[in-house]
Amino acid sequence: MSNRATNILVPLVSVILGLLVGAVIMLVSGYNPVVGYTALWNGIFGDLYTIGETLRQITPYLLAGLAVAFAFRSGLFNIGVEGQLIVGWFAAAYVGVAVELPKIIHLPLAILAAAVAGALWGFVPGLLKAKFRVHEVIVTIMMNYIALHVTNALIKTVSDGGDRTEKIFTSASLRSEFFQNLTEFSRLHYGILLALIMVGVMWLILEKTTLGYELKAVGFNQNASEYAGMNVNKNIILAMVISGAFAGLAGAMEALGTFEYVSSKGGFTGIGFDGIAVALLGMNTPLGVIFGATLFGSLKYGALNMPNEAGIPLEIVEIVIAVIIFFVASGYIIRLLLLRAANKKKEAK
Amino acid sequence: MTKRKFGLGLSLMLAAGTMLAACGSDEDTSTDSSTGGEGEGTEESSDIAVAMVTDVGGVDDKSFNQSAWEGLQKFGEDNGLEKGDGGFDYLQSQSDADYNTNLNNLIRRDFDVVFGIGFLMEGAVAEIAEQQPDAQIAIIDAVVEADNVASVLFKEQEGAFLAGVAAALMSETGKVGFVGGMEIPVIERFEAGFLAGVEAANPDVEVDVQYTGAFDKAELGKTTANRMYQGGADIIFHAAGGTGNGVFTEAKERKEADADANVWVIGVDSDQYDEGQVGDANITLTSVLKRVDNAVYNISEQAMNGEFPGGETVVYGLADDGIGLADSRGAIPEDIMSQIEEFKQQIVDGDVTVPETVE
Repeated sequence: MSNRATNILVPLVSVILGLLVGAVIMLVSGYNPVVGYTALWNGIFGDLYTIGETLRQITPYLLAGLAVAFAFRSGLFNIGVEGQLIVGWFAAAYVGVAVELPKIIHLPLAILAAAVAGALWGFVPGLLKAKFRVHEVIVTIMMNYIALHVTNALIKTVSDGGDRTEKIFTSASLRSEFFQNLTEFSRLHYGILLALIMVGVMWLILEKTTLGYELKAVGFNQNASEYAGMNVNKNIILAMVISGAFAGLAGAMEALGTFEYVSSKGGFTGIGFDGIAVALLGMNTPLGVIFGATLFGSLKYGALNMPNEAGIPLEIVEIVIAVIIFFVASGYIIRLLLLRAANKKKEAK
Repeated sequence: MTKRKFGLGLSLMLAAGTMLAACGSDEDTSTDSSTGGEGEGTEESSDIAVAMVTDVGGVDDKSFNQSAWEGLQKFGEDNGLEKGDGGFDYLQSQSDADYNTNLNNLIRRDFDVVFGIGFLMEGAVAEIAEQQPDAQIAIIDAVVEADNVASVLFKEQEGAFLAGVAAALMSETGKVGFVGGMEIPVIERFEAGFLAGVEAANPDVEVDVQYTGAFDKAELGKTTANRMYQGGADIIFHAAGGTGNGVFTEAKERKEADADANVWVIGVDSDQYDEGQVGDANITLTSVLKRVDNAVYNISEQAMNGEFPGGETVVYGLADDGIGLADSRGAIPEDIMSQIEEFKQQIVDGDVTVPETVE
C-alpha cells in the first residue's frame, strides 16, 4: 500500500471505528444511534446558524492548539494555556470596556492587550525554566489557578463588586454584522480570520525564520543547540512567550467575539486543556492544528444538539464524543494494523 | 521521546480530571427522557409549550435547577402536556458558551416561553431577546430589561434570616458556619440574611463564613465543612448548589462514625431532607426554600392565559410564599419554632427589614 493511501485511510478508518463504538454505546443505553448521529450532524451542519456557531466554537480551539503546539516544538510542555487564555480574556475585555476609541485603534489594542497578557503569563514559567530549571509543567499548572482567581478578583474590582464586566464597546468588538446576517444571528465573528492568519504566522516562524530554526533545534536537543552556539535559555523564554501570546489571543476571541464581556468563573473553561489534545491530534504542526480544532470544535458544538433533537442525555453524549476523539487520537494503532494486513497480503503472494 | 510520552500521559490525566469533575453526581437524569420528541401531537389539551435551559448544574443538582424543572413538570402534568416538542422540556448547558445555543434551540422548536435558569444566563438572555423579538423569555435571579423578557428575583435574605435565627437558637457550641458558592449578589443575599438572623436571635453566636468559589465542586464543600466542624461549628448553612452536597456528605460521615455527633446542615433552594438521611437519623435541620418551582409555574400559567409579564420584574419573598423554611420534621423543637414564626411575621408585616448585603 502506498504511503499516501495509508495517510488518508488511517484517519478515515479511525473516525469510522469511533462512530461505530459510539453507536454501540448508544444502543446499549437504549437510544437510537441513527437518530443520535443525525442530531449530531444537524448540530454541526444543520443550517447556516449551526455552521456559524460551529466555526465560532472552532476559533478559540485553533489558537489554543497553536499555543500548545508551538511550545511543544521547542520541547516545552505548556499546560498553562488555560491560564494564559483566561488572563488574555480579561485583558481584552478590560481594554474593551475601559476606554472608547475609534475602531481602528481600539480593536487592535484590545487584541494586543490579550496577547501581551498571555505572553506575560507564559514568560514567568519560561524564565523559571531557563534560569532555575524549574519544570514548566508544574509552574504552568499553578499559574492556571493564579490566573483563575486573580482575574475573578479583578473582575470584582472592575465591576464594583459584580460578577461580570459591562459589555465591551462596539469599537472593540470582533462581531461582524456581515457574518451575523449570513448565518442567521450566530455569534460567528472575525476572530476566525485572525485565527487562520495566526496558523500562517506560526508556520512562517517555524519554517522560514532563524528564530524558528533555533526553537526547533532546542526542541530536538538542547545540548547540541548550545554546542552549536545557540542561546538555549533565550529560546526557551521566547517559546513560552510566543506560546502564551497565542493562548492570550484565544482569550481575546471569547472576550471580543463570543461573549463581549468577562464574567467570574467557578472553574476552568476547558478550552486550554482541550488545546493540548488539539495540538497532539494535529501532530504539533500548524495545518494539523486546523484539523484537530475543527474536529474538536465541531463535535463539541454538534453534541449540544443530541439532547435537543434526539433526547439523548448529556452524559451519554459526552462518552460518545470522547470515544470518537479517542479513536482518532489512537490512529497510530490503526496504522500499525493496516501495515500488518498489507504485509500479510504481500507474503501470501 | 520519553518526555513526549510523559506529556501525553499528563494530558490524559488532565483530560480525565476535567471530565470526571464534570460528572459530579448523576443518579437519575434519564428518568423519562427516552420519550423525547415522540409525544408530538398525541395529547394537546392546552395550547402552550414551555421549556427551560439549565446552567451547568443540570436538573439533578438537588437545588436550583431541579426546583425549576419540578415546577415545569408540575405545570406540564396539570395541563396534560407531554415531555418534548409542544409540551415541556429542558436543555442542560455544559459551559457558559452554550447558553445562547440552548436558548436559541428551544425558541426555534417553538416553545412559547423559554426560561433561563440562573444569573449566569443574563448576558445570553439579553442577546437572544434582542435577536428574537417574538420569543417570550423569562430569567430567574437576574434582571434583563427587554419587553419580551420577564425577570424573576427572590428575597433570599428573608429565608436565610429565618435560617440564621434557627441556627443561633439551636447551636450548642455557640458557633455556626456558612458555606457559599461563588461570591455573587444572590449568594451574598443569603449570607447577609443569615448573619442578620443570627445577630437578631443571639448576638453571641459566632459565624464562620467561607466561600468555595464554585457551585459544582462537592469535594470542596466537603473539606470546607470538615474544617468548620473541626473548628467547633455544629450547624452549617450552605448556599452552594452542588458544592453543598459535599457539606451533607461530611456531616453524614460524622454522624455515621458517631451517632451522638452534634452536626446539622441547613439546606438551600429545595427541601433537602432526603439528603441528610443517615440510617434512622437525619442531619438536615431545615432548608431555606426558594420556590423557583412556584415562580416557573406561575409565569407559565400567566403565559398560558396570555398575560406573560414581559418587561416586568417580579420579586418573590416570604410574604407570597416564594421563600420559606422547610418542615424540620421535629428537628427544631416547638418553642424555637414559635420564635422563628414570630420573626417571620415581623418580616411579612414589614416590621423587620432584612439587609441584602453584608455591612
